[in-house]
Amino acid sequence: MNLRGIWAVFRKEFRENLRDRRTLLSALVFGPVLGPVLLAAMMQFSISHGVTQLDENLTVSVAHAERAPNLLAYLNARGIDVVKVDFDEAAARRAVAEQTHKIILEIPEDFGARLQEGQPAPVILYSDSSRAFEQRAVARVRGLVAQYGIEIAQLRFLARGIDPISVLPISVQEVDVSTATGRSVLVLSMMTYLVLLSMLFGGLYLAIDATAGERERGSLEVLLTSPVPREHLMYGKIAAAAAYMLISLVLTVTMFSIAISFVGLERFGATANLGPRAALTMIGCCAPLITFGAAYLSIVAGFAKSYREAQTYLGLVITIPTLPLMFAGLLGLQAKALYMFVPFLSQHLLLTTVVRAEEINPLYVAISVISTLFYGLVLTWIAGRLYRREGLLG
Amino acid sequence: MLEARDLSKSFGAIKAVRGVSFSARDGQITGLLGPNGAGKSTTLRMLYTVLKPDAGDAFIDGRSVRDEPLAARRALGVLSHGAGVYNHLTARENIAYFGELHGMSRSDRAARATELVELLEMQPFADRLAKGFSQGQRLKTALARALVHRPRNLLLDEPTNGLDVMAVRGLRKLLVQLREAGHCILFSSHVMQEVDQLCDEVVVIAGGQVVAAGALADIRARTGNRQLEDAFVSLTGGKSEGDPS
Repeated sequence: MNLRGIWAVFRKEFRENLRDRRTLLSALVFGPVLGPVLLAAMMQFSISHGVTQLDENLTVSVAHAERAPNLLAYLNARGIDVVKVDFDEAAARRAVAEQTHKIILEIPEDFGARLQEGQPAPVILYSDSSRAFEQRAVARVRGLVAQYGIEIAQLRFLARGIDPISVLPISVQEVDVSTATGRSVLVLSMMTYLVLLSMLFGGLYLAIDATAGERERGSLEVLLTSPVPREHLMYGKIAAAAAYMLISLVLTVTMFSIAISFVGLERFGATANLGPRAALTMIGCCAPLITFGAAYLSIVAGFAKSYREAQTYLGLVITIPTLPLMFAGLLGLQAKALYMFVPFLSQHLLLTTVVRAEEINPLYVAISVISTLFYGLVLTWIAGRLYRREGLLG
Repeated sequence: MLEARDLSKSFGAIKAVRGVSFSARDGQITGLLGPNGAGKSTTLRMLYTVLKPDAGDAFIDGRSVRDEPLAARRALGVLSHGAGVYNHLTARENIAYFGELHGMSRSDRAARATELVELLEMQPFADRLAKGFSQGQRLKTALARALVHRPRNLLLDEPTNGLDVMAVRGLRKLLVQLREAGHCILFSSHVMQEVDQLCDEVVVIAGGQVVAAGALADIRARTGNRQLEDAFVSLTGGKSEGDPS
């Protein structure tokens, strides 16, 4: 078989698209730069936010603090900074709505009197539950106030000669294992999705340009009159799209590796594994997908009559291979030999393993690489058959 | 030398070409004349191997387009309808790319590209990206591309569409030059004057069939019309399946 035609088409498509701003932006900028930067920013935010809630003092505004000095002393001792304000109910509502004060604790006038009489003494806690970020702070204040109440109750039982333990038949102990590390791994699992998507986007415009674009420009007809078997023309185009996908993949993983190192996970005891070695493993796991992706996009674009039509199809179609990832996320799938036969899902699971710095199973890698390459070659063959059809010319 | 033998092609229920036979000899310019929708393009596309005939065959220098399409393509230069060129390549790169597809060596195709740039007077724009080319510049690039592998036979599908007077003149001059060099040139057109001025032989197609073929003078004599246009109208029955564009 004479492969000269494939090589000629590959070189021409590669060079031509190097001069096309659209291809370059999508292959070298959008995926590789925006994805990692966005993710690193999200992680930074998520980590620092978590730390703030866990360790730092919480500021709460208190109206009529003078009516409950003991309660305030109790809160103060447990990491609540009290800001004294002088609000009535309407002013408190307004202040929370306008976010000049985020949490307001109002002590009613009869608080002290009712407490002394042994009646339930009300306090009023103003917050805005539509602001999700404050919910943990509100819960903390509520919990502390309730705890204070329980302690008073226990003192009252003691004063009446009853063992306070006997009136607490059940004690719920909550264990929140969400830590900064856990949260960062959650965000990191999004990374595999972004890596795979960014890889596909790298070859997207070339695949459109080389098939639907070529047909729309009217150059396809002449190309088909060259003495190169038609399927070879398609193979060359797929190879060029694959080359751009490879570039995009390498850049994206490299950028992730760099971006994550700037986030400084170590400070929080997180051990996201993204050193050069892990990055290389990730690239190696994803590389077999390139043939698959390039052939897949070329086939779909090959059916479109125009550039615009191809763009519409592909915008939709490009998300289909990533559907298994969604399921994996929803169902919490763990790596299994069977899943390694599913393209994209197998790469996602392998990547997740690498990121979590867990042992990677060589058998899984072998199944994933070989089956994905096999599907890719089948799709490439189908794409070649597609170029033999006359309907191609429209 | 091109030879069509009883070519037929249908698209679904539409019979685009019904048993077309003719030949085009070396050292001659043959015009394929007919109204829009007569089957000119479909016939040409079967000749240049993009479409496969449902029945019949065509031979390019004796090579069957059915059985040896690759060999037939090597003997063919094609200027397709619309003359699409690659916008992100220069004119010279456009030419060299097709040289490469035809299996020419790097030095060979570079030399040939330079030769064609001179022949077609493309020097002012040869090394510019084709993005901003005028219709005339595009046509020259596409022509040079069709000629890069020195084919004996040249097929042109409505080459003068969308060209201004100067560009048409340039094309005419070039075709005459190629004829002198012994090439076999077949071009399709629905413009009477063009065929009248250039062609040695004419094949008139209407409704997917050849209604007349031969030297211009013969056709005029046969229809009793002194003007080709009148001859054309009487041959095709004055029917046009589309509006002339």
